[in-house]
Amino acid sequence: MIFLATITIGLKEGMLDPEAMAIRHALGNLGFATDELRTKKLFMVRFDAADAREAEEKARGMCERLLANPVIHHYEIEVHR
Amino acid sequence: MRFAVIQFGGSNCDRDAWYVLSEICGVDCDLVWYKDGLSRPYDAVILPGGFSYGDYLRAGAIAARTPVMKDIIAHAQKGRLVLGICNGAQILAESGLVPGVFTINAYPKFICRSVHLRVETTDSPFTSLYRKGDVIRIPIAHKEGRYVASEDLLCELNDRGRIAFRFCDSSGNLTPESNPNGAMEHITGVLNATGNVLAMMPHPERASEEILSSEDGKKVFLSMITHIEHAKGVTG
Repeated sequence: MIFLATITIGLKEGMLDPEAMAIRHALGNLGFATDELRTKKLFMVRFDAADAREAEEKARGMCERLLANPVIHHYEIEVHR
Repeated sequence: MRFAVIQFGGSNCDRDAWYVLSEICGVDCDLVWYKDGLSRPYDAVILPGGFSYGDYLRAGAIAARTPVMKDIIAHAQKGRLVLGICNGAQILAESGLVPGVFTINAYPKFICRSVHLRVETTDSPFTSLYRKGDVIRIPIAHKEGRYVASEDLLCELNDRGRIAFRFCDSSGNLTPESNPNGAMEHITGVLNATGNVLAMMPHPERASEEILSSEDGKKVFLSMITHIEHAKGVTG
């Protein structure tokens, strides 16, 4: 079965997000006042798996071994058929 | 004695490291294309600076998952030396050979200038020829060099003498202004648990000749050479 995993990688709570700070500053220059801005990375991966559970396991493996760095990142996975 | 400098697609300080080792330090040194792997035993492996894989995903993340890293991990497990400089340091952290991560600078821009470092330990194969507390001047050139680690790990690194270098001012003080990338506890050189792997963001190969205004980095390479000579002497 082909599954589509939507994987969102973000910085752990309390981690400095310099890119977000720079973007927020630029938004301010354009007149957009903001209270908070966070950056996340979104990966959409299509692959074969026996069932949804295996698909999620594979997606978790991708996060643990490459897509996220566990020192600074957390990740969320959604699996769709 | 033989060194290897690994070349990844996007490495750009490989020849500088090779030049310093072979021409300045006078040791045998091979440039090794990453796809060729480590085809013979080496006493030391250098992972040079650059932008392997265009820093895609995270700096060093892709190179850390290439097959040559298995050879380098096996090499390190034998107690042989591995030095990662800049992108090489990022690769070592991404591969787990040293703990923690080098991530985007606190002020997110590329910084390229000479900085002062304080030598935190001389009890390592990379720093034995310095004196503890020496303040040396070496260039940095990176956008993703801010060292981040958990509180527990920072304690362990401090307790076990695994911090090789910290950013400091010209007198060796750890002032906020002297921490160019916002690294935790000013850390910019980290050793693995057994001390034979060093990841450092500054470029010692760019400070190994008087004509380049500083020779302060040369002792990193000379310390490695001394360590290897001693080890060979001991084992015969």
